[in-house]
Amino acid sequence: MTMHFLLLFSRQGKLRLQKWFTPVPEREKKKIVRDMTTMVLGRKPRSCNFLHWKDLKIVYKKYASLYFCCGLDAEENELLALEVLHRYVELLDKYFGNVCELDIIFNFEKAYFILDEFLLGGEVQETSKQVLSRSIEASDMLQEVSVIPRSR
Amino acid sequence: MPAVSKGDGMRGLAVFISDIRNCKSKEAEIKRINKELANIRSKFKGDKALDGYSKKKYVCKLLFIFLLGHDIDFGHMEAVNLLSSNKYTEKQIGYLFISVLVNSNSELIRLINNAIKNDLSSRNPTFMCLALHCIANVGSREMAEAFAGEIPRILVAGDTMDSVKQSAALCLLRLYKASPDLVLMGEWTSRVVHLLNDQHMGVVTAAISLITCLSSKNPDEFKTCVSLAVSRLSRIVSSASTDLQDYTYYFVPAPWLSCKLLRLLQCYPPPEDGAVKGRLVECLETILNKAQEPPKSKKVQHSNAKNAILFEAISLIIHYDSEPNLLVRACNQLGQFLQHRETNLRYLALESMCTLASSEFSHEAVKTHIETVINALKTERDVSVRQRAADLLYAMCDRSNAKQIVAEMLSYLETADYSIREEMVLKVAILAEKYAVDYSWYVDTILNLIRIAGDYVSEEVWYRVIQIVINRDDVQGYAAKTVFEALQAPACHENMVKVGGYILGEFGNLIAGDPRSSPLVQFNLLHSKFHLCSVPTRALLLSAYIKFINLFPETKATIQEVLRSDSQIRNSDVELQQRAVEYLKLSSIASTDVLATVLEEMPPFPERESSILAKLKKKKGPGAVSVELEDGKERGELNGGGDRGGDAAIAASNASTPSPSADLLGLRSAAPVSGATPSAGSLLVDVFSEAGPAATSAGVNDDGFLRFVCKNNGVLFENQLLQIGIKSEYRQNLGRMYLFYGNKTSVQFVSFNTTVSYEIKSRILNVQTKTVEPLVEGGAQVQQVINIECLTDFIDAPLLNIKFRYGGALQNISLKLPVTINKFFQPTEMAAADFFQRWKQLSQPQQEAQKIFKASHGMDTEVLKAKLLGLGTALLENVDPNPENYVCAGVIQTKAQQVGCLLRLEPNAQAQMYRLTLRSSKDTVSQRVCDLLAEQF
Repeated sequence: MTMHFLLLFSRQGKLRLQKWFTPVPEREKKKIVRDMTTMVLGRKPRSCNFLHWKDLKIVYKKYASLYFCCGLDAEENELLALEVLHRYVELLDKYFGNVCELDIIFNFEKAYFILDEFLLGGEVQETSKQVLSRSIEASDMLQEVSVIPRSR
Repeated sequence: MPAVSKGDGMRGLAVFISDIRNCKSKEAEIKRINKELANIRSKFKGDKALDGYSKKKYVCKLLFIFLLGHDIDFGHMEAVNLLSSNKYTEKQIGYLFISVLVNSNSELIRLINNAIKNDLSSRNPTFMCLALHCIANVGSREMAEAFAGEIPRILVAGDTMDSVKQSAALCLLRLYKASPDLVLMGEWTSRVVHLLNDQHMGVVTAAISLITCLSSKNPDEFKTCVSLAVSRLSRIVSSASTDLQDYTYYFVPAPWLSCKLLRLLQCYPPPEDGAVKGRLVECLETILNKAQEPPKSKKVQHSNAKNAILFEAISLIIHYDSEPNLLVRACNQLGQFLQHRETNLRYLALESMCTLASSEFSHEAVKTHIETVINALKTERDVSVRQRAADLLYAMCDRSNAKQIVAEMLSYLETADYSIREEMVLKVAILAEKYAVDYSWYVDTILNLIRIAGDYVSEEVWYRVIQIVINRDDVQGYAAKTVFEALQAPACHENMVKVGGYILGEFGNLIAGDPRSSPLVQFNLLHSKFHLCSVPTRALLLSAYIKFINLFPETKATIQEVLRSDSQIRNSDVELQQRAVEYLKLSSIASTDVLATVLEEMPPFPERESSILAKLKKKKGPGAVSVELEDGKERGELNGGGDRGGDAAIAASNASTPSPSADLLGLRSAAPVSGATPSAGSLLVDVFSEAGPAATSAGVNDDGFLRFVCKNNGVLFENQLLQIGIKSEYRQNLGRMYLFYGNKTSVQFVSFNTTVSYEIKSRILNVQTKTVEPLVEGGAQVQQVINIECLTDFIDAPLLNIKFRYGGALQNISLKLPVTINKFFQPTEMAAADFFQRWKQLSQPQQEAQKIFKASHGMDTEVLKAKLLGLGTALLENVDPNPENYVCAGVIQTKAQQVGCLLRLEPNAQAQMYRLTLRSSKDTVSQRVCDLLAEQF
């Protein structure tokens, strides 16, 4: 599952999270974000969740007021990508408890940390919700605690 | 459990975020941000040292501002400081900032790398993971240089925690993708492959991504992964949904891992080991069977995960393309999905079937779904689904259903979305030509196309219909009648006027007998459109008028009057004015004979498709074959499998068709331009001094491959889209070939992919290829290097397969790479006595190969010498008693052995014949060199 990018944006097209798994120049990023938001927001309800864009496959899904949208290599599996999005939503939900857009706005850094545990370099690193939640909670337990005294 | 409250609340950050959210306007937001930036800057610059918490808070604010889309030019140093904090949360924010905002400030990278190094060696798994995540997120070359050596060690070390292994595997993958030259697996290869056997499913899931990528680049080194992958897959597929505990996703056992395993197997041909293959086929059958079982859950996640595996299995079946039974089952399964209530499944089924349609085993099975697909085109609410339906109709089209499909596509065009009309028009045009049995149908189709979607009909399409009409006298009368009728419409598209003007100008006489379409009626009809047309169309019409004067002397007075009018002869457009003046003058001073000669009917365009069609009809049934339309926009599959050499020949002969940009009217050049387009010649001409003549002869030769027997550089292939230049050098038994792929269009090629294949079993040549970038911009040229090692003597050349998408359509080109045994010649100089002594030593009948053949080119001495030198042998002077004859000597260097080779060529200028004799210590070599060389004279 090679993902090139993952974007979270609101119904109004406000970007809430952006993760780039391949090097993209800043200007190009802005263009992609613009293209994705206009394309995805312009879709009629009950359309399919897949699009072709340049040589990428775009897979998106709407959860409440938030769109989750990712770009994949042309040979990738769209259905599996949909479930990657879903698993990420589940992880956010488990962490925040009934996650909503505001949680992601105010705790954006957490959303990034959770994503790093799940996907790395655009590939799925771990799929077990238990294992993932455990490691996310474990790092939360470390908050503000000096883990090991360093020699310096 | 709102975990957010867990002691890390950065109140200042939350306040800032709500402030921003409360801003009523963009200006207010910018003002608030600038205020905050000033505040942070002063804190960072202040004399008072900031504590870790404040630093973290400010860095986090900067990050937030950056993610809002504002530039951040400071704070990097503070973030780097956070990396070496021993508080987890500070370190974490530091890493996040670096991951999002890294720039190639080398000073900073050194500091970052230092912090990463410390964390990697900390043996604290949480810190190690953070460091690995950062490397994977940044993935820069500097980081690869610093850590590519260390990470494989972490990955395979026995005492590494599972979570660290997972991060290490994907981190390494990222570095490998960015800087493959820096990641050397070498000694680690087999231990990495064996991660497929790891107890921990998460480790396998992460590691397999790395293994798949490495396998696709170095299949041989990783081939042991095939059997491991099959047994792992088999264990998952046969497990109950509860066996895998939390790796079961909505009652589906390990969907991610299953898909990744199936994807890994797609890097390889079907397993050779019968037992492994049997097990794999069993897995694939089980997956297909499960699709028929009732769902274990109503949740969409369940069916998505299950079907994700199913589609991946179908991809593998299509990749193998060798199990007719599985292919047909796959096709039936997709057929069910075509009518599924889930839009996603219908979309994917249409998409997958497109690839199935090109397999000879399943093409017929796909065709049975034609009604469903047509229905999808008509009724799907979602344009992207309709698009896939149109693609599939195009892919499943063959002679048996072309009329139906073209008719459906035409009727769909009337209501089609604007975004896909142009593509649809091209598809219809290609199919109509490809499968035209009678050309009146073809003409009708194209005229309908112009009528329905004139704006989307590109020049290439209407040029093409004119070329075909010019070349086929059986359709000219029909075409004239049809355009005449089409032009009766009060509003007709300008493209229709162009086609009408051209065709009536050439063939109006064929319908002039009917008083309803008498010459004057025809002229008046055309001229009634004149004033509504653009300049180029008017220019075309003026030419049609002068042709009318020649065809129908009775129209002369009327037309001269039109030409003489101020609006023509004083037209502000230079081209129109010039045509008017010249045509007027021509018509008044030239005698009828001169006029008839100058305005003679256009000569036929250089024909190619008739010969190709004949060849294709002989070779293959419909469907698997295709004729190309040189519309420059869109091409179908070039090779439908089968005889590759023949395909190359088709491709080569395509190059000789007239350029679509050639002036159809022939006003500037008397005859249609033949040969390659001017741009085509110039694309590579600066690279190869000898490419000039080669480019034009590209289409003439029967087989592009044979042109390279005696030379190493030139243009290997050319069509309207792509030019492939070649430059090669050989030394001993090694060769290096540079291929230059030139995109001749202005549109980028995507998913550009080339593969070189060779009979692997025979192991005669060792061919290594570096992959090329998947994107080739319009007008750009990309280079590919192929290394070749000759292991023993050989006959078959490697095949080069090029695939790319151009405007959505898959292009597929197969060519023989011009690697021939003579490339490995080392010239050997020897005196006459030596030569004859060796000649006699090689006197056994099987050591000699001889051919007597007619000269197919001139017998010029210098050309012959150049060819013999190009063959790679030494040309020995003063050896043969007859000075007309040529003798050569050389040694073929293969890894296995060296084969000495002597050659004698005896031209007979009077009879225009040659006798060619080859002697070598190996019979196959004598024969092969003789065969190759005999084609060269």
